[in-house]
Amino acid sequence: MAIRFHALANPARFLRFARRALPWTAALAILCIAAGGVWGLFFAPPDKFQGESVRIMYVHVPAAWMALFCYLCMAGTSAAALIWRHPLGHVLARAAAPIGACFTLLALGTGMLWGKPMWGAYWVWDARLTSVLILFFFYLGYIALSNAFDDPGRGARAAAILALVGVVNLPIVKFSVDWWNTLHQPASIIRRDGPTIDAAMLAPLLLMILGFTFYYFAVWILRARAELAALRTRALKLRLLAS
Amino acid sequence: MKAGGFGALLRRDLRLALRQGSDTATVLAFFVIVVSLFPFGVGAEPQTLSAIGAGILWVAALLAALLSLDRLFQADYEDGTLDYLLASPAAPTMLVLAKCLAHWLTTGLPLVILSPLLALLLHMPAASYPALMLGLALGTPILTLVGAIGAALVLGARRGGVLLSLLILPLYIPVLIFGVAAVEAAATGRAAQPHLLLLGALFLAALALAPFVAAAALRQAAE
Repeated sequence: MAIRFHALANPARFLRFARRALPWTAALAILCIAAGGVWGLFFAPPDKFQGESVRIMYVHVPAAWMALFCYLCMAGTSAAALIWRHPLGHVLARAAAPIGACFTLLALGTGMLWGKPMWGAYWVWDARLTSVLILFFFYLGYIALSNAFDDPGRGARAAAILALVGVVNLPIVKFSVDWWNTLHQPASIIRRDGPTIDAAMLAPLLLMILGFTFYYFAVWILRARAELAALRTRALKLRLLAS
Repeated sequence: MKAGGFGALLRRDLRLALRQGSDTATVLAFFVIVVSLFPFGVGAEPQTLSAIGAGILWVAALLAALLSLDRLFQADYEDGTLDYLLASPAAPTMLVLAKCLAHWLTTGLPLVILSPLLALLLHMPAASYPALMLGLALGTPILTLVGAIGAALVLGARRGGVLLSLLILPLYIPVLIFGVAAVEAAATGRAAQPHLLLLGALFLAALALAPFVAAAALRQAAE
């Protein structure tokens, strides 16, 4: 597997792989989100205490999951780019950032809509909510920094270091519900004694998470291709100017 | 790494700060003005002011630190001194540490010394002064060290100063939380020590890690 990933570091080979992988990831994303969405919104049982509003979960939890996962992808590819000085890592990290920012915004937005009926307020300054808001600021900072230089290579390197600094926030987001007494409920899927959520709700939720992940991969590939094309146009323009 | 590099750079930066003299005065004036805006904004009732005084002082200290941070490496970057410093046998982490120490001595330490006077103006209880000063003494070096990362990252960027605030203010939030919590604990007669110990832990972590990140950022800026 390691060898295969390494081979993808060649941009031409990556583009070939991307062209083949895109239709599959897109089709799986549509399939999983359609099935999980219909199952979760119409067939899954309502919650005993929360009633029908629990259905916000089928969007909120996958979005929050992706907010963290995108950041991990961004930090991982940034680290690879800094360590092996490979430009494709910067391209992938830059492509992942706006997607992650949108997922974070979606998680915050659906969380606010869910918070109003459950807690009586759209926003509380609770550890989980605040740390996710900070995650959103890190995405914004990354995007702003990577676009702030006239030389795109310089922006990419500076932003990659920032992405690695922001990793300190990820465990705070994940464990905020365990470390502090928060209004936000504790983890109910990934825990040592198994999930505390009923299978009738867990199945559509997992399907939605899977769908969101495939959607992310499809958009990531699309955006990475666009970034590579932009780099290529820039190089061609420079060559035209020089000649 | 020879210790001479550290001492020489520290002496140079302190001498520059003393001869130009403007940075310390500007930062202190900014700190005082921001704090004195609040009685106009929230009303001058002593109860209101003493209730939010810790928050006001800490937020003003964060902003004051931010104000001076974008200059930390900027002048050396623009006139090429930074390239010479990085080419010297001194370890880049030591250069960052020397710059941070000079920055803290000229901007952080004056804030710590001035803070009780402003606490007096905000009608804060006298019992909270030691926690406020100790908290700021532990917290302002963190602001400098973490800020050095941001200051190194934005070298040569368009609108670097504004960008710097977007990059490092989120990282300042833990310092703000524990700093304010220590003052409030002391004001209400509870122990401020746990919060101060956490601030101390944050300081040690920043001291151990931030110079490496800032040095990496400086190296890529000088490339």
